Amino acid sequence: MNRTVAKEDLDSRIFNAINIILLCICTVIIVVPLWNVVISSLSSGKALAEGGFIFWSPEFSLENYRAVFQDETIGLAFVVSLAKTFIGVITHVFFCAMIGYGLSKKYIRGRKLYVAMGVITMFFSGGMIPTYLLIKSLGLLNSFWVYIIPALFSYYDVVILMNFFRNVPDSLEESAKIDGAGDWRIFLKIFIPLSMPAMATIALFNGVGQWNDFMTTKLYITDQSLYPLQMKLYEIIVQSQTQSMQNVGGSAIIETTTKGVQLATIVITTLPIVVMYPILQRYFISGMMMGAVKE
Amino acid sequence: MDKTAVVPVNGKSPMSTKKPMGQRVKEFVIDYKRQWEIQSMVIPGIIFMIIFCFIPIYGLTIAFKSYTVIDTLDSAPWVGLENFRIILSDKYFWDAVVNTLGISFLKLAIGFVIPIILSIMIYELSGGRFKKIVQTISYLPHFLSWIVLGGMLIAWFSSSGMFNEILLSLGLISKPVNILLDANKYWWIATLSDIWKEAGWGTILYLAIMSKIDPTYYEAAKIDGASRMRQIWNITLPNMKPIISLNLILTVSGLLGSNLDQTLVLMNSQNRVKAEVINSYVYRMGMTQGDFSYATAVGLGVSIVSVILLISANKVSSKLNDNQSVL
Repeated sequence: MNRTVAKEDLDSRIFNAINIILLCICTVIIVVPLWNVVISSLSSGKALAEGGFIFWSPEFSLENYRAVFQDETIGLAFVVSLAKTFIGVITHVFFCAMIGYGLSKKYIRGRKLYVAMGVITMFFSGGMIPTYLLIKSLGLLNSFWVYIIPALFSYYDVVILMNFFRNVPDSLEESAKIDGAGDWRIFLKIFIPLSMPAMATIALFNGVGQWNDFMTTKLYITDQSLYPLQMKLYEIIVQSQTQSMQNVGGSAIIETTTKGVQLATIVITTLPIVVMYPILQRYFISGMMMGAVKE
Repeated sequence: MDKTAVVPVNGKSPMSTKKPMGQRVKEFVIDYKRQWEIQSMVIPGIIFMIIFCFIPIYGLTIAFKSYTVIDTLDSAPWVGLENFRIILSDKYFWDAVVNTLGISFLKLAIGFVIPIILSIMIYELSGGRFKKIVQTISYLPHFLSWIVLGGMLIAWFSSSGMFNEILLSLGLISKPVNILLDANKYWWIATLSDIWKEAGWGTILYLAIMSKIDPTYYEAAKIDGASRMRQIWNITLPNMKPIISLNLILTVSGLLGSNLDQTLVLMNSQNRVKAEVINSYVYRMGMTQGDFSYATAVGLGVSIVSVILLISANKVSSKLNDNQSVL
C-alpha cells in the first residue's frame, strides 16, 4: 500500500512539474512580445533604428509620444472612439433590454413571429455589399450615426437579457400592476435596476467591440474627421509598411519616425482596454455562461 | 384566487382552435390593443430587423442582376446565373479559395487542438495564484483588435525588430529578414498569430464544462492507481466530447470564412498572392472596383457552400456520436 502511494505521488509530481513549466513558457510567449512593444514605444529613434533589443531599451525617450500628442488628428480620433463607444454602448444596451423585456412576457401577442424573426437574423445576413447599399440609401455614409444605429440591436444580447428578466419573480410585476404602474414604468423602475449585472456584462463586451471596430469605418466612412483610433492606426501602419518597402536599405530616419509613432499609437489605443481588463475579467465568465443558457 | 383575475390587463384570452377565424382575429386585435404598452417595446426591434436584416437579405437578389452605380435595386436588369458562371472561370477567385482553405486547414489542425490541451493543463493546476495569473494573461490578447495586433506583428517582424533579434542570437539566420514580405510564410503567420490571440480565450468554454465533471470520478481513478495522463484520457476527454464535436462542426462550417480585419492589416503588395482570401476578394471586387453584383454573387455562393458544409458536418458527427445530433 505504502509503495503505491509513493509511486502515485512521484507520477503526480513529475506531471505537475512539466505542466507548470509548459504553462510558464506559454505565458512568456504572450507577455514578452507585449512587453517588447511597450519598451519599444518608449525608445528613441536611434535605438529603434538599430533595434536588437528584447527586454530593455538601450535609450529611453518620450519623443514618440510627443509626436503622437502633437498630431491633432490622433487626438480627434481618440475623441471619436470615446464618443462612439459611450453612445454606442448605452443605446445598444437600452435597446436590447427594452426588446428583451417585451419578449420575456409569455403572453405578448405575436411572440412566436418575433422570436422566429430574431432567430433568422442570427443565422442569415445580406452580407457586405447589400448592407453597404442599404447604408448608402439610408444616407448614413460619412455620418457619425453609422457607428451607432446599425449596432443598436443584437438578437443574441436580447436573448441573454430576456432570460435574465424571466428569472425575476412574477410577484414583483404583479404587485406593481396592482399599484397601477404601467409596463414602461415597471421596466424602467424595477427591471432595469434589478438586471444591472447582466446589462454590465453586455455593455462591457459591446464596449470592447465598439472600441476595436474597424470595418465599419473602412466600409462606410471616408471623412477623415470621423476616423476613430483604430482606423487612424491602420492608416499609420499602411503608411509605414509602404515606406519600409520603398526604401529597403535606404534612409532609416523616415522609417523609424513612423515606426515610433505607430508603436506609441498602438499603446495608446490599447491602454483603455488594459485599464478596463480587471473589470472585464470579473464579468466575462458569467457572461459566457449566460449565453450558454438559451431557451 | 385565479392569477388572471388579479392581472386582467395581461391575461391572454383562452384560445380554442375550434373558434371561427373571424373571432380569432378579433380577439387578437383586442389583445394587441390591450398590450399596446408592452408591444411598443418590441416594435422598434421588429422595425430594426426588417430594415437592417431583411432588406439586405432581399438585396442579395443583385447577385442575379447586372447592377451598376446608376441603378437602383429594382431597376437593374436580371441576368440569371451569369455572375455565377463568371465565378467558375475567375482565376483570382480560385486563388483566393486556395488561400482561404489553406489558412483554414492550418487553423483547424493546430488552432483547434491547442485550446483543448491548454484548458486541460490549466484544469490540472491545483489552483491558487499561479492558475489565476496564467488565466489572466492568456485571455488578454483576445481583447486586442486585429489592427493593434497587426501593428505589433509588423513591429516584431521588422528587420530591426524582436523576432529577428531572437533568430539572430539563436544563430538560425545570419541576416535580418522581414518575413511579412515573404509570401510563402504568410499562411503560417496568419495561423500562428490567430492562435496567439485566441487560444487562451478558447479555453474558457472548455474550463467551464470541465468544472462540472464529478470529482468522485478522479478520486475513484486515483484509488485504482490511474496515472494523471490516464485520468485525463479516460475521464476528462470523454466528458468534453460533446462540446468538442460541437466546436468542430462550427469550425468546419466556417472553413470558407476568414478574418477580414486580419487579412486587411497583414496583406501587402509582396504577399498578396498568398494572402488574398475570399472575404478580402469580395471586399476588393465590391468596394474597391465597384462590381457590386459580382461581389455579392461570390459572397452568396460561398455562404451556400458553408451551409452545406454545416449540415454535412452535423450529419457525419451524429453518425459518429451514435446518431445523437449535436446541433
